[in-house]
Amino acid sequence: MERKSSLKSVFLNGVLTENPTFRLVLGTCPTMAVTTSAINGVGMGAAATFVLIGSNIVISLLRHFIPDEIRIPSFIVVICTFVTMVQMFLQAYLPTLYESLGIFIPLIVVNCIILARAEAFASKNSVLYSAMDGLGMGVGFTLALTLIGGIRELFGNGTIFGLDVFGASYQPMILLILPAGGFIVFGLLLAVFNVISEKAAAGRKTGKEAEAE
Amino acid sequence: MNPIVKALLFLFSCVFTHNFIFSRFLGCCPFLGVSSRLETAFGMGMAVTFVMALASLFTYFVYHWILIPLGLEYLCTIAFILVIAALVQVVEMFLKKSAPSLYGALGIYLPLITTNCAVLGVTLLNVTESYNLLYSVLNGVFGALGFLLAIVLMAGVRERLESAKIAKPLQGFPISLVIAGLMSLAFLGFSNMFSGVM
Repeated sequence: MERKSSLKSVFLNGVLTENPTFRLVLGTCPTMAVTTSAINGVGMGAAATFVLIGSNIVISLLRHFIPDEIRIPSFIVVICTFVTMVQMFLQAYLPTLYESLGIFIPLIVVNCIILARAEAFASKNSVLYSAMDGLGMGVGFTLALTLIGGIRELFGNGTIFGLDVFGASYQPMILLILPAGGFIVFGLLLAVFNVISEKAAAGRKTGKEAEAE
Repeated sequence: MNPIVKALLFLFSCVFTHNFIFSRFLGCCPFLGVSSRLETAFGMGMAVTFVMALASLFTYFVYHWILIPLGLEYLCTIAFILVIAALVQVVEMFLKKSAPSLYGALGIYLPLITTNCAVLGVTLLNVTESYNLLYSVLNGVFGALGFLLAIVLMAGVRERLESAKIAKPLQGFPISLVIAGLMSLAFLGFSNMFSGVM
């Protein structure tokens, strides 16, 4: 039972407490570059999740065999293998998504989230936990990208997942689709999450104090 | 069009219209991470310029002399990242021996460059845009100079921010991102400058 609950906490750690986008602020380039629409956010998130889980499992399996001095190049080769797989899969089955994500698919290799998880988690933990950590981080990343993409698409284009929301009379805010909008939306969302997490921390504190009394 | 004019326009577009940070979103992590001091920002920018120029040159040869003849184009990501990692290592050792003062200035930033997506990005862009050798290297050098410009401007703004009163939730990353957004808007002004000529 205890094992199960801690697996769950590993998962939630990636989704909430250490959300790679809003709490750790890692992998910012794809976060802003591909989120011009919600569907792009989902696609990028799913690709990164697959790479995260795969590389975490393989690195965790190999953690006793990789010498410490060359661990970073070894990790990069493992990650790169999975990225090439994703790239070929998308090119073959989802060519439109492949076109719109463009250069950012091969650039998953240098996404700091994946190398950071390999270094900080997968190289120290068992296979099951590493896979769970990859899944949690991936889901957290996907949710964050979808949120940013959704906001930018909704106000910048008047649609969400391609569906018209505001009707024809809506004058879209082109700014949000432009690169500048990526920076501004991400910055403001980060500020919002800072407020929320502070409130949550304060709430937890008072809750504990009340319990102690 | 005159080839020299064409090359000059290309250089201008690398630095301003297609700025790596403000329009392509490549290299945002170091842009946000090491832009709090003007001096370190300049050091990082110089190190990136150096590596990007060399990476563009070497990956051109790797792609056209090794990967294409063997029919292994699909391995370009893995080949390029290994070239970059090796290059960064070699540059680090070379600078340590021959130019210790420069090494001292760049030292800590060099290993970070391997995972800078601007470096891998420029080599992949050279392939997808099928630039020739000259244009690949120019793209590397001037793209990196655009990065240098962006990170130095950002560091200048952030040094001034330290004395400004900022609402608590906006402190740190959020305000930097909003400022980057405004700078990106300013750079957008360059985008139609030569639309008639290009």
